[in-house]
Amino acid sequence: MSLISTSRVKSPWLIHFDCGSCNGCDIEVLACLTPVYDIERFGIINVGNPKHADILVVTGTVNHRNKKALKNIYDQMPEPKVVVAIGACGTSGGVFREAYNVVGGVDKVIPVDAYVSGCAPKPEAIIDGVVIALGKLAEKGKKVDQGIFERLEKTQSAIKAR
Amino acid sequence: MNTVDVIAVLAAVFLSPLLGGLVAGIDRKVTARLQGRYGPPILQPFYDVFKLFGKEKMVVNYWQIFCAYMYLAANILTVVLLALQSDLLLIFFVLAVGGVFLVIGALAAESPYSQVGAQRELIQMLTYEPLIILVFVGIYLETGSFKISQIVATYHQPLLISLPLLFVVLGYAIVIKLRKSPFDISTSHHAHQELVKGVMTEYSGPYLGVIEISHWYETVFILGLCALFWHTNYIWMSVLVVLTYFGEVLVDNITARLTWRWMLPHAWTGGLLMSFANYFWIYAKLK
Repeated sequence: MSLISTSRVKSPWLIHFDCGSCNGCDIEVLACLTPVYDIERFGIINVGNPKHADILVVTGTVNHRNKKALKNIYDQMPEPKVVVAIGACGTSGGVFREAYNVVGGVDKVIPVDAYVSGCAPKPEAIIDGVVIALGKLAEKGKKVDQGIFERLEKTQSAIKAR
Repeated sequence: MNTVDVIAVLAAVFLSPLLGGLVAGIDRKVTARLQGRYGPPILQPFYDVFKLFGKEKMVVNYWQIFCAYMYLAANILTVVLLALQSDLLLIFFVLAVGGVFLVIGALAAESPYSQVGAQRELIQMLTYEPLIILVFVGIYLETGSFKISQIVATYHQPLLISLPLLFVVLGYAIVIKLRKSPFDISTSHHAHQELVKGVMTEYSGPYLGVIEISHWYETVFILGLCALFWHTNYIWMSVLVVLTYFGEVLVDNITARLTWRWMLPHAWTGGLLMSFANYFWIYAKLK
């Protein structure tokens, strides 16, 4: 069991979801993959498939259209999973928080485990946020080993109804 | 079954995933170095697989799971048959069965990405299987047997000397079989966002781990096939295997992905021409 919990921290696969960002944060997220920062040193891979991912990195504000997509992606990820909200928009809605179409930060829709502030945050800050999320991932992993799953309420009732 | 055979089977079943995982780790490290990065630790593939085994089980349908395990079983069997120095044609058929189960598993899910990936994987199989058969026929023409034990017992010079072009053909087939760039069209090897993950899209958690372990067996099997080309001396055998795999990693890093429309005709024409040139050479030598 300890082998699995060590491996969880050493091999976090990351999926990046752009929830209506201005692309500033997206560029900084992708900068982490370049040879300068090279997050693959920590075993982090940027995967394109929520079913393979452990960490959901979300940039940008959530609006009424894409909150379904965000929820759907979150639900498709197998446990244990953590969410990192990136940038001023991702954490709170930023300058767009009062706009009529904006729901707000990512935490209005799905539970967020780490917040990275900044507009746009530096790649170092993003890596730091992911590392904080890794600590939470280890804790959640222990819960999953005991058979406790954190799910959105609707998902839980849908699974029970099946 | 004598003791040597039992040891060979045990080694094939238990040591090859260790070797395959290590090769995958070295592959990732070398790839990172070629791209000017530091790269993950050598043991990274093991961490990945252990993590996958600790994840929640998400199942699309039961066929998918059955196919994942059959893919693993077929790949273990190819390595075991190779270790037992069995018949090359038999090994080839077991290999084909494994490939087909991977495709069926992907087709069992309704996701368009997995469906497209499965169709592309079928085209990749269509491309590399004739090439591998051509190589095996060449080995037969040269040594007079398809059975590896007989080849090792009766043929006393490296196969590479008389079958150099067929080794190139095998190298071509290996790139397609290992789904490395430029032929990573059924699952995206480097660009993880293209086609999501092709045939592996719908596998997650422990079942993706099973597929990953099968892939390690596959790698060991492929390296074993390369080793057959210099069976007379263990040192030269390992040099050949290491050089071939490094070549594969190099090609993987310096080429961009191609479409199947390029892959199929070029692999077939190139492979056929080189194979027949080599056959003529063998024929001329015998005369």
